[in-house]
Amino acid sequence: MIAKRIIPCLDVRAGKVTKGVQFLENVDVGDPVAMARYYYEQGADEIVFYDITASNERRGIMIEVVRAVAREIFIPFSVGGGLRTVEDMRAVLLAGAEKVSIDSGAVRNPQIIAEGARAFGSQCIVLSMQVRRRERSEAFPSGCEVVIDGGRTATGRDALAWSREGVGLGAGELCINSIDRDGTKLGYDLEVTRLISESVSVPVIASGGAGEPKHLLEAFTAGAADAAIVASIVHYGEYPIPEIKRYLKSHGVEVRDAVP
Amino acid sequence: MIAIVDYRAGNLTSVARALEHLGHRCEITDRPEKIRAAERVILPGVGAAGATMENLRALGLAEVLRSDVARAGKPFLGICIGIQVLLDRSEEDDTDCLGIIPGHVTRYPASVDGRPLKVPQIGWNRVRQTRAHPVLAGVPDNTHFYFVNSYYPVPADLAVTIAVSDYGVTFTAALARDNVIATQFHLEKSGAAGLKLLDNFCRLKG
Repeated sequence: MIAKRIIPCLDVRAGKVTKGVQFLENVDVGDPVAMARYYYEQGADEIVFYDITASNERRGIMIEVVRAVAREIFIPFSVGGGLRTVEDMRAVLLAGAEKVSIDSGAVRNPQIIAEGARAFGSQCIVLSMQVRRRERSEAFPSGCEVVIDGGRTATGRDALAWSREGVGLGAGELCINSIDRDGTKLGYDLEVTRLISESVSVPVIASGGAGEPKHLLEAFTAGAADAAIVASIVHYGEYPIPEIKRYLKSHGVEVRDAVP
Repeated sequence: MIAIVDYRAGNLTSVARALEHLGHRCEITDRPEKIRAAERVILPGVGAAGATMENLRALGLAEVLRSDVARAGKPFLGICIGIQVLLDRSEEDDTDCLGIIPGHVTRYPASVDGRPLKVPQIGWNRVRQTRAHPVLAGVPDNTHFYFVNSYYPVPADLAVTIAVSDYGVTFTAALARDNVIATQFHLEKSGAAGLKLLDNFCRLKG
């Protein structure tokens, strides 16, 4: 059986990790390469880097980070944040990333999904979306609206409709990030995750809200997610990945054995 | 020197980085004479069967891989699309492939027992070893490896299968016949177990 994936997310600004302080001796928590190596050795199944620099003059710094990470870890990792063109995608893939994650850029220009899938294959293209709860209505049958720019801009698009359109255009995976749950430690938005996961033919990644291992169990069972993003739950050392995996395994979830 | 076959697709550099990490010298090349001269050859990558075969033919490499690598007894490793094009035919783009290993390549079922199956398979799946082989030495049975595929190989002679995995169906995850080894999973993205298998290949006697 295919294992449920645990994916730590690292926010990187100007080549430095912005979250993830105070948890480890012997690891420079600001250094994305050191952090990636740490999670690799802990048994992370994949890693996501989110470049919050996202201005063109600084793009080169992230490429250097990707290149350095690719020399050190031998699991898949993806890069998101500010990718707007096929050339942006090509640069991070050539530097060694396995996948690219596109978000606001895809809402503004959906054809980027198709162009990326044609150029690199669907398996390279993760369509990430930030969603916010709305009253269920004709406009929002899923009960969630897609928002962009960190939640500042509403799009008027229904989360499920956008998911289907994205898969139709060639997205190989979807990442559903709940703005309402992000940072709350209240657990993932299981309802919208499950709705989308059961409506599309590609893997779905739950994101936003993990505060304890139980939340991942819920994402993989009630939420029907194939993978889950983790951030503060692992960055602060409260729940190391091997412990989360032991918990999931004891509840019957197939996970990859966390052997370094 | 290990030649990594460049056929204008796939993520070739990740295999090169893994080999360098293991201390093996390698070169990414599309030149027949370099592939003929190499001690061993790796055909890696992500891609579609149609485009892969088109590029291999256009670069004059299909015949080199058949005659000067596979038939010549040179250790040869196919990874991901590199296992699929070893067979006679792929349903993907309805493609004639290299025909080094008799058999065909087919798509994962869209559903199993009425329940939909997500295709492509993306993620870590357990690999059961069905036959002892030096390339699997030191790799524990039932280890997870990283897969990204919509299609899987069906060798005509299942005696070539050395490991299987399950995704809707039980399929050949790794095969070996004489000097030809191939895996459906990405060795270069499968953590320590993948690196071990890759290292074992690099140490096989030619």
